[in-house]
Amino acid sequence: MPASLSLKIALSLLRARLGQTVVAAAGVTFGIAMFIALVSFMTGLNKLLDGLILNRIPHIRLYQEIKPSPVQPVDLSKKYRRHQNFIRSIKPRDRGREIRNSQLIMRAIQADPQVVDVAPKLVTQVFYTTGTIELGGVMDGIVPAAEENLFRLSDYVITGNLNDLTTVANSIIIGKGIADKMLVEPGDIIQVSTGMGQQALLKVVGIVQFGIAEIDNIQSYTALSTAQKIQGKPPAYITDIQVKLKDITQAPAIGLEYAKLFRLEAMDLQKANTQFETGSNIRSIISYAVGVTLLIVAGFGIYNILNMLIYEKMDAIAILKATGFSGRDVRFIFISLSLIIGIAGGILGLGLGYVLSVIINHIPFQIESLPTIQTYPVNFNPLYYFIGISFALITTYIAGFFPARKASKVDPVVIIRGK
Amino acid sequence: MDNIVLEAVSINKYFYDPVKFRVLSDISFKIEHGEFVSVAGKSGCGKSTLLYILSTMDTDYEGELYLHGEALHQKTANDLARIRNEKIGFVFQFHYLIEEFNVLKNVMLPGLKLAKHSRPELESRALNHLKRLDVADQALKMPHQLSGGQKQRVAIARAMINDPLVIMGDEPTGNLDKKNSDLVFAIFRELCQDKKQSLLIVTHDTDFALRTNRTIQMEDGKILS
Repeated sequence: MPASLSLKIALSLLRARLGQTVVAAAGVTFGIAMFIALVSFMTGLNKLLDGLILNRIPHIRLYQEIKPSPVQPVDLSKKYRRHQNFIRSIKPRDRGREIRNSQLIMRAIQADPQVVDVAPKLVTQVFYTTGTIELGGVMDGIVPAAEENLFRLSDYVITGNLNDLTTVANSIIIGKGIADKMLVEPGDIIQVSTGMGQQALLKVVGIVQFGIAEIDNIQSYTALSTAQKIQGKPPAYITDIQVKLKDITQAPAIGLEYAKLFRLEAMDLQKANTQFETGSNIRSIISYAVGVTLLIVAGFGIYNILNMLIYEKMDAIAILKATGFSGRDVRFIFISLSLIIGIAGGILGLGLGYVLSVIINHIPFQIESLPTIQTYPVNFNPLYYFIGISFALITTYIAGFFPARKASKVDPVVIIRGK
Repeated sequence: MDNIVLEAVSINKYFYDPVKFRVLSDISFKIEHGEFVSVAGKSGCGKSTLLYILSTMDTDYEGELYLHGEALHQKTANDLARIRNEKIGFVFQFHYLIEEFNVLKNVMLPGLKLAKHSRPELESRALNHLKRLDVADQALKMPHQLSGGQKQRVAIARAMINDPLVIMGDEPTGNLDKKNSDLVFAIFRELCQDKKQSLLIVTHDTDFALRTNRTIQMEDGKILS
């Protein structure tokens, strides 16, 4: 049978119950629109919130851990080799936190095709001193260009310029919290002293704000060379190597490889941030669950309407079968009926979902801690539209399948005899 | 053999609800090409049941059934649907026009399903049938705008659209007044005479039955004559 004939019959039946058809299609439209708006908004927020934390963390961080030596002198003794040795109160060996041979290691990592970029860092515990006040904190010696590549640090520098760290000698960019407490502005000089007693006067060239008070209250940045100079260390002295990968999911494996190769500790992003992953996963699951529920409810609506339609159109089904339409033809008619509702409602739903997303994306959302964000974040990922329409088609197909099967099994003799 | 359109060989049919009951017993007969046959009998004698078996819609029976020499009792449901579409035309007591289509489309529907002729060709054929039945002016109306007699004539046109081997009718005049009944009978006879159309009509109207070429009298599931 020509498919166009079935479609024509399906459309005529739909036209006969235009009201219900519109309601059924509206159910699908609403379901998909809400699904898309919800998922786009949720993932947009997730990305923003995760970005707050994850942007600041390298995919892999290589460092020297302070820990007791795994091989103790007693283990080397031939005499006690076959003994079970218990040693209490071991003190960690002082190897310093320096990464030895750092230049070679960085060059080797840079050459790895899986790596986007690598940045050195010298982390120093410091006190910021103003008058009689001393604030504890952490000063990172960085290479601004590399840091920018890895973390887009300049996004968070709210006043001043990140590159001034390289152009202005003895300069520092301090966290918003510190600046507020010490009442300093760019151009002022602050005194920084390290835990080892070295002191330096540094010129504030910028203020950085991540939106996380705990970090903004302690964090400051200076040029790597300045940090080395303050501590009286040579130019190769760094404590951290930060690596950005092309494929973030590879971080644990590559981290492990580097740790073994360079005999350093490796912290990968997944290990450092399991809780964020969990949080965003749960948020995604909730939005998917709500969206899918809406679509299933819409599916029940279609199921009901088709069932009613079948009872109402029993005569038409009987005569179609009497005049030679097979059960398969009748089933095809009712499934296409359902799919017409699904496709029409679905496409409208995609449109409405997009419009809702755009509206959400224009709602002002300004908070002090997120200087780069002006409106609610929305993730316009075509994947969600694809999932939405696929799910709508699957739901409507299933919703149509059972009534269609019932229609295909209608016995024309029973109907015609009944009159 | 070639001249026999429809042949039934010892057809038996049982109803099982509420108790096993033999509705048809050993029904055998033949209809020749161009014959106008009526099946008459009192209500409940099994004549409609027989017609539904002959029409291939009811497949739950014992016995053999041949349409133009083709055995029907072993066919699958899909094959039977195709055979009904191509070779059998139906007229029921109730018109069974589809309310969503206009008269012309209703008539064309079995033809569109068969897809032997192109759409314009089908349209002109349908119009010819409607003209012959004197309802051509109603072609573009919807079924609910027609009178009972007109609807039944449209149903006859629908039965004719695929040039079936046989047209079967289940009390086609049962819902019509005397004037319209006569009209429908006249149409059937004309079809039989002019186009050598074989017809098998079930009726309880003895007057109608007497005017056909041959009458098969039934009682209690058996053929009397």
